[in-house]
Amino acid sequence: MEETPHNCPGTGSAQAGRGAACQGCPNQRLCASGAGETPDPAIEEIKEKMKTVKHKILVLSGKGGVGKSTFSAHLAHALAEDENTQVALLDIDICGPSIPKIMGLEGEQVHQSGSGWSPVFLEDNLGVMSVGFLLSSPDDAVIWRGPKKNGMIKQFLRDVDWGEVDYLIVDTPPGTSDEHLSVVQYLAAARIDGAVIITTPQEVSLQDVRKEISFCHKVKLPIIGVVENMSGFVCPKCKKESQIFPPTTGGAEAMCQDLKIPLLGKVPLDPHIGKSCDEGRSFLIDAPNSPATLAYRSIIQMRLAPYSKNVSAVPARASLRSNGPPASGQSPSGRSPRVPGAAGAAASEGGSPSQTRSRRRGGGAQ
Amino acid sequence: MEAAVAEPGNLAGVRHIILVLSGKGGVGKSTISTELALALRHAGKKVGILDVDLCGPSIPRMLQAQGRAVHQCDGGWVPVFVDQEQTVSLMSVGFLLEKPDEAVVWRGPKKNALIKQFVADVAWGQLDYLVVDTPPGTSDEHMAAVEALRPHSPLGAIVVTTPQAVSVGDVRRELTFCKKTGLRVIGVVENMSGFVCPHCAALCPWTPSSRGAWRRAETSSKSFPTALPFTPSPP
Repeated sequence: MEETPHNCPGTGSAQAGRGAACQGCPNQRLCASGAGETPDPAIEEIKEKMKTVKHKILVLSGKGGVGKSTFSAHLAHALAEDENTQVALLDIDICGPSIPKIMGLEGEQVHQSGSGWSPVFLEDNLGVMSVGFLLSSPDDAVIWRGPKKNGMIKQFLRDVDWGEVDYLIVDTPPGTSDEHLSVVQYLAAARIDGAVIITTPQEVSLQDVRKEISFCHKVKLPIIGVVENMSGFVCPKCKKESQIFPPTTGGAEAMCQDLKIPLLGKVPLDPHIGKSCDEGRSFLIDAPNSPATLAYRSIIQMRLAPYSKNVSAVPARASLRSNGPPASGQSPSGRSPRVPGAAGAAASEGGSPSQTRSRRRGGGAQ
Repeated sequence: MEAAVAEPGNLAGVRHIILVLSGKGGVGKSTISTELALALRHAGKKVGILDVDLCGPSIPRMLQAQGRAVHQCDGGWVPVFVDQEQTVSLMSVGFLLEKPDEAVVWRGPKKNALIKQFVADVAWGQLDYLVVDTPPGTSDEHMAAVEALRPHSPLGAIVVTTPQAVSVGDVRRELTFCKKTGLRVIGVVENMSGFVCPHCAALCPWTPSSRGAWRRAETSSKSFPTALPFTPSPP
């Protein structure tokens, strides 16, 4: 994708193609002709693609580091415990993709087939996509301006072969910028169920979360509710609870009352959560009796899984990890997409096309 | 990025510029930026803070300067002084919002333009240090800030992380950004190293330690400087 001028007025702007910054831009003539004002055809293409996706949930927060990726990952884990529920987890944090590590999928690659990019499957019914899978080294930085990030998000929504999915969970970076505008724009015709907004109790978080709520209202994105994370810490020595992030202004509860938004629940801070995330395992399985696990399950079962009939307090299987490579004779092939410009990136050449969804339960040939 | 010719302007009187970066959100960049500025003031320095986190401007609240107005002078915008002695000045998009809960829903080009204005059009005056607080990531704000500030040396970066491996992963990417943009890394600060229980005074790890992750990163990463000061912050 070509880099845009630094002061690009935006392709949809009245000044598109006409401003001083447009001089010399390869798209100047296109913008000046008014083509930028026409809707992106990708919106309709994505609408078609999303017809096989029943529910789409965005996980947002104005604030960084409150646990969006942790919540997204564990929501996906919990929903996928029901083997009859197909779950997809999409990480659109282009600069700081945490989902591969949290899901234990670092180093996995994305493959292409005739039907598009194949997500990386953690389980037969849990597929994951992230820019992290397109980087060839943990040091690779994605140093992209907004338009290039938008292009990647468009590809994730249009070109990934998600298949029949009950829940698409979209993990987002903090803020109210390109990534958020783009995902809402591209899914505009496909109907997003709503947003779950994550916060921590302190006012510095809440002030950013109020902006996120304002963003949701501006773009007419329904808000499913707010989750207050890191809400209390139990000392492993004396077992007494204290507040690492004191709710000096009443925490999420007061904010939700004020803004008339549902508070889905509060999740206490358990040090084992960080350990599980760092090691790429489900905390819900690692610590089934932790107050944090019980809080997560309560939120997910009571508020976020109305259509999943078989979600229960006890996971259907003890291990969430399918081991081993795809069945013999069904090796993934095709070009592995790589992030252009990332250090050391190189596409691998593939052999003859073959199915890339061999791990899909009951799949067979696609 | 190409080197630009230094222009006399509103940064002519600034002796040192420090960017506070992190690939990861919520690790304490704004807190560290604020504490750094206050520590420098305590050491007798004159400090400015430039908050280029346009979507989540936290510094005004941290310095109890919310709701203050930005005025104009011949040299441009007057930064907000947070103390009576006028030794700490601050510029943030937070001062330009009509309502505190108003969201800045801008795409990259508009953010770039405001950051350039913050650098060129704020009358910082004579400063020993300008501390620049950034949002998480390696995108528009970071590129705009580095490009606008590059002509005004010396320019260095402090990278903030927390102990988790997830944070260290993002910090490695941020260090790559610094290397690619020619930004000198002053050092890395590990924040939230532990939590002191107010009931029993025990120092508790609230998240696993990254020491192993740091050692692996140092040995395998091409982006880590050879001598990397690693300063665990007090919890």
